[in-house]
Amino acid sequence: MRNFEVTFIVDPVLSNDEIKETAQTYVKNITEKGGNIVFVNEMGLRQLAYNIAKRSSGIYYCIEFQLEDPSYIAEMELSLTRDERVLRYLTVQLDKFGIKYNDDKRNGLIGKRKKPSADAPPSADAPVAKTDAVSPVE
Amino acid sequence: MANKDDIKFLSNPKIGQNRKKYCRFRRFGIKHIDYKDADFLLQFINEQGKILPRRITGNSLKYQRKVASAIKRARQLALLPYVADLLK
Repeated sequence: MRNFEVTFIVDPVLSNDEIKETAQTYVKNITEKGGNIVFVNEMGLRQLAYNIAKRSSGIYYCIEFQLEDPSYIAEMELSLTRDERVLRYLTVQLDKFGIKYNDDKRNGLIGKRKKPSADAPPSADAPVAKTDAVSPVE
Repeated sequence: MANKDDIKFLSNPKIGQNRKKYCRFRRFGIKHIDYKDADFLLQFINEQGKILPRRITGNSLKYQRKVASAIKRARQLALLPYVADLLK
């Protein structure tokens, strides 16, 4: 069983239903292939750093899933390439730290990191300091 | 070619000369660098969107590689620009 993560950008011109349907298609396909969906992250509408297919913004989706048979990845990437609703995609295999990171993030352990570390370096008093604690560049 | 005047623009003036640099990933035990977290990765690129070298960020080699690959992934997904002006 390996953990993967696919992030893709959906065309913002589409209607809300179509956008949701696009994400649902891939969720469904993964499930059909014996995959186990861990989490679907709707990152929402974001401004792109550069234009893709004459679009300056896009709706980001991130699907984290487990898959027994990794040969489906190639198939999925092919269908993402052919899909005109998807501007761009990226598939990544997660190592154990990545799985833990995503898990912590969902439980809200990571999102808060910037505030406590902004003024003082985090000390041993914070039990979640493992993945937390990033001080700004000095 | 590169004289002293050029070199001063290559270094980050915010880094104090006396402070010892360290790898924040090692010090704080951060094991995974998320390519989707563009705000965090912004700390490791300069105004033109180039990846800062280790001698400025102080990262250890292991984590510098991970930072670099995370930035490259973020660029593919248009979370960070390939080329930019006045990014910060």
